Amino acid sequence: MDFQYTEEQQLLADSVARLAEQHYDFEARKRVIASEAGHSAEAWRQLAELGLTALTLPAEHGGFDGGALDMVATMETLGQSLMLEPLVSTVGLGARLIARLGHNAQRQALLPAVAEGSLILALAHSEHDSRHDPAQVSTRAELHAGGWRLRGAKSLVIDAPLAGKLIVSARTAGESAEAAGLSLFVVDASASGLRMNTLRTQDNRRAADLTLEGVQLPADALLGEAGQAYEAIVEALDFATVLACAEAVGAMRSANLATLEYLKTRRQFGVPIGSFQALQHRLVDMFVSAEQARSITLLACSRVDAAALGELAVAERMRTVSAAKVKVSEAARHVGQEAIQLHGGMGMTQEMKVAHTFKRLTMIAQTLGDADWHLERFAANS
Amino acid sequence: MDLNLSPQELSFRDEVRGWLSANLPDDLRAKVLDYQELSKEDLLRWHRTLAARGWVAPAWPVEWGGTGWSAVERYIFEEETAMAGAPPVVPFGVTMCAQVLLKFGSDAQKKRFLPRIYNGDDFWCQGYSEPGSGSDLASLKTRAERRGDEYVVNGQKIWTTLGHYGDWIFCLVRTDSGTSKRQEGISFLLIDMNTPGITVRPLILLDEGHEVNEVFFDDVRVPAENLVYEENQGWTVAKYLLGHERLNTGRIGQSRREILRLRELAARTLVRGRPLLDDVRFRDRLSRVEIELMALEITNMLFFDEMRLNGKIGPEVSMHKNRGTEIQQAITELMMQAVGPRAQAFKPIRYDGFDEFMASSASRYFNFRKTSIYAGSNEIQRNIFAKMALGL
Repeated sequence: MDFQYTEEQQLLADSVARLAEQHYDFEARKRVIASEAGHSAEAWRQLAELGLTALTLPAEHGGFDGGALDMVATMETLGQSLMLEPLVSTVGLGARLIARLGHNAQRQALLPAVAEGSLILALAHSEHDSRHDPAQVSTRAELHAGGWRLRGAKSLVIDAPLAGKLIVSARTAGESAEAAGLSLFVVDASASGLRMNTLRTQDNRRAADLTLEGVQLPADALLGEAGQAYEAIVEALDFATVLACAEAVGAMRSANLATLEYLKTRRQFGVPIGSFQALQHRLVDMFVSAEQARSITLLACSRVDAAALGELAVAERMRTVSAAKVKVSEAARHVGQEAIQLHGGMGMTQEMKVAHTFKRLTMIAQTLGDADWHLERFAANS
Repeated sequence: MDLNLSPQELSFRDEVRGWLSANLPDDLRAKVLDYQELSKEDLLRWHRTLAARGWVAPAWPVEWGGTGWSAVERYIFEEETAMAGAPPVVPFGVTMCAQVLLKFGSDAQKKRFLPRIYNGDDFWCQGYSEPGSGSDLASLKTRAERRGDEYVVNGQKIWTTLGHYGDWIFCLVRTDSGTSKRQEGISFLLIDMNTPGITVRPLILLDEGHEVNEVFFDDVRVPAENLVYEENQGWTVAKYLLGHERLNTGRIGQSRREILRLRELAARTLVRGRPLLDDVRFRDRLSRVEIELMALEITNMLFFDEMRLNGKIGPEVSMHKNRGTEIQQAITELMMQAVGPRAQAFKPIRYDGFDEFMASSASRYFNFRKTSIYAGSNEIQRNIFAKMALGL
């Protein structure tokens, strides 16, 4: 074991922190939210320049063969500054699936563009009745006209309005809730027959509900072999989950530091409210929650990386990732709710960053499997 | 960063495991796993076995017998000994008194006491709390009056764990009662418990067990050479020791062992023909404790690694004490619940499938309420963290 970030990991995180300071302070973030694009093209370009869109991609396609641990410090920084950039969608989910399932030609066609930052991806997987179950897919793909034709609907595809390509799951066999028969397709965002109803999430991300009305795709749009995508999807979701956990850890740190600062400066009854023991103890417990969440996130990242190298059983990866998501989801709720409470009325306003941090934390807990779903999976793999 | 064990660490684990299976006596192991009371002889026998192997004081400097292990190796050792059912190394000598001597003791004191602590020649205990001085330790009243080359000690200590086994006791005593700040005027004194004037009286806890005592000092004459550090500067020593005391309260290896046993128990306990472990309400409570423990293991290792790098115990140790003790308490509660209605019987009659460990579940539940009170209550730990780490 080794508990310190490597010099490279630390330098990268420091660079991202500087980027966040220069281009993503609270006021700049408001402008990004109000913008047409919904994210900052300039920040995205700089993240790519720093190598973040390439870090976890295979070296033979323009990447650096990095793992989840290489991303942790960076994801924490993203969480602290509440960046809206589509890193998890693009490299955590989309590129991960292309790298794992795609034929060499597919990988070569897409991954170098992701690595250099010119291609944003989104995973169109969940459907209205999926909740958190990765096998609950009804969208179908049929062989048609020498290629594939997709029919169905996808729900709340995060970052879809930003993406150049969508990775869409569909059944080539089997019934909804079955693991076998799931396939993935690369679909151009402007494909005919693809309807996108865009929406904004509670934490100001862009998303879309998709309707696929007989979207016709060429034969090589299928990633890998037909019907074999389930395990890769679960792996990518695990990978994205630990990245989201790391982002939440950063957001919790931000909420805690903001609350600490508020307790030191806000005065009532002639003294800083931080002198009250009732509030001190609650803040201490918030810091403990965040620290525990960080520890188990680091452990889960290590396990995801070891399993990706074939050095660890898949069940152990799933068990640890689920442990992390349970802890992070519950810590996120604890820290988020307490941060608002300790800020008093001010925490309820749009003016305070802590309110936005709370919303982001709440949404992370709600996505990629909530605490109850992961408790179930943890027990099933224990 | 990598939190997976390296090949070297795995082989170290195998070495420790192999040594334990060859050297941990079955009778001691059985007593630990059945929660039987360990006698002074039991504790010292295991202490001496570890000492003979060179593993009784891993954290000490190498020149005094420390192992020079990394944070991970220390964790592996702790975990393996706990999982195997080894008796604890009683912390008062090795973890507390020795660390104080290493930091504040004179050369003569180190030479005199450290080898004896290492070899398990003396059984040490701790004289800190008093009836009127618990959380507010600095208000302590036990007096030590300097007369020639002796101190004469009068007063009372309380909650003295295993004081009835004690050969020596380290005490906080007041050597100057005229100071403006109460923290001044306190000294750290080593006292031979065979000295005339010392009375040890049992305090029976709510589980009817005898582990703590009251210790009375009535004109006890202590050689002045037994003063550690400077007279009236004992508070500095006291705080240093308290940090080390907290290091010892997480008991992660033990909790891991207890969770495994709880899982086994819940798997073979049937509720309407189905294992209790499959009952979602029970299972989720167990999972939450297990997840908290998984996180705490890493939190602790990160902390020990920091400690190795910058050479001091950070205020985070207070939080580890809290989480570690909360986990221990939660396990005892689930254990009692898993045992079910039979947990009501005090020292119940044994029958098939109902062993000593199940029989003691309620007693352990009652006993473990102490963990969030001792070594500085969990509320005091929050105060410390708020002040030292958050600057409130």
